[in-house]
Amino acid sequence: MRQLILLVTLAVIWLLSYSHLNTVADALIAAMQLTRATPLGEAVHFFCYETPKVLLLLLGIVFVMGIIQTFFAPERTRALLAGRRLGVGNALAAALGIVTPFCSCSAIPLFIGFITAGVPLGVTFSFLIAAPMINEIALALLLSLFGWQVAALYLGLGLLVAISAGIVIGAFNMEHYLQDWVRAIHYGEDAAPQPNDGLALDWTARLAAGMKHVREIVGKVWLYVVIGVGLGAAIHGYVPENVLASFMGRDVWWAVPAAVLLGIPMYSNAAGIVPIVQALIAKGAALGTTLAFMMSVIALSAPELLILRKVLRWQLIVTFVGVVATGILVVGYVFNWLL
Amino acid sequence: MKAVKILGTGCRNCQTTRALVEEVAQALGVAIELEKVERMEDIMRYRIMATPGVVIDGVVVHSGGIPERSAIESWFRAAE
Repeated sequence: MRQLILLVTLAVIWLLSYSHLNTVADALIAAMQLTRATPLGEAVHFFCYETPKVLLLLLGIVFVMGIIQTFFAPERTRALLAGRRLGVGNALAAALGIVTPFCSCSAIPLFIGFITAGVPLGVTFSFLIAAPMINEIALALLLSLFGWQVAALYLGLGLLVAISAGIVIGAFNMEHYLQDWVRAIHYGEDAAPQPNDGLALDWTARLAAGMKHVREIVGKVWLYVVIGVGLGAAIHGYVPENVLASFMGRDVWWAVPAAVLLGIPMYSNAAGIVPIVQALIAKGAALGTTLAFMMSVIALSAPELLILRKVLRWQLIVTFVGVVATGILVVGYVFNWLL
Repeated sequence: MKAVKILGTGCRNCQTTRALVEEVAQALGVAIELEKVERMEDIMRYRIMATPGVVIDGVVVHSGGIPERSAIESWFRAAE
């Protein structure tokens, strides 16, 4: 009961703060004797309005996601996916990729856990593509800076890329391109360690997990948010309108592949990259091009490829990168063409 | 003497977990023999699906994320 009261109080405070962001930002720049008509005033207003807005949404979404994740322990997800066929399995895997707790340092135990339990390779890849790409940080930032339409599009297209890339990789039958030691692991499912599917938890434990998730995630990314919004604010105030249209606009055919290629070696979380992307778009960059860049930075990263190299031979790594990059490329072009 | 193994390839969560386990064991006055298992082939023998993992006297007691302090205390208390 006490928890419920605390939760409701926090929710009310959250709503009150969220609905007064603009008033506070206006008051702040007025106190600094600035107006939005000057570049400095515009930049400072952007920073004072967007930083708390992004952080508040991040707090809310990460908390809810922390609770949802308690229902989807990796062991349960694996049980749901074992023996699934291509197609349905890929769709389910991509969806579960969003709600199963995942960090790139656990990619290998998870990968091996899936493969040895009989989850097909293509289905495993759908999970591995969706899990990092569609995460609560990216969704919170897109929602905050672009609105729900773009956040929903990112979610839908991210799922589409994960599902179709997994189906394509599955169709290539590349099981023999796993590293030898991985193929040598074969244990039956009967002797798995303690069943840990997370279903037995009570709500006190789930709320505590939500709070823990907030501490871990927001504690890790808040600084990136502040720096990212700061850079975005500077672009907003000082970079002239439409300066980017000539080389990042929708009529530049090579902009999308260039954005994807540029994104692969780059490694950043969504917290640092979305505010900058948002500012670029305001200055004339095309939405499809910038979204492709963002997906490439988040879904394909050099450190994660190095980790996967331990379980995959290079042929499979190259296929993985090629298929995912092609998917992102298509997304970029479709977006630019539609909007 | 308890044989404690920390399973993890060396990411920050694994290091934090190791430090926390050592700290709690010391605070409770439990003698432990700590071993870090970093080779992926060795880690996978314990069939965990997320790192870091913690093994006490051959039994996997934890996998994925930094364990809560209260959880660590209960592992050491349970076996006394």
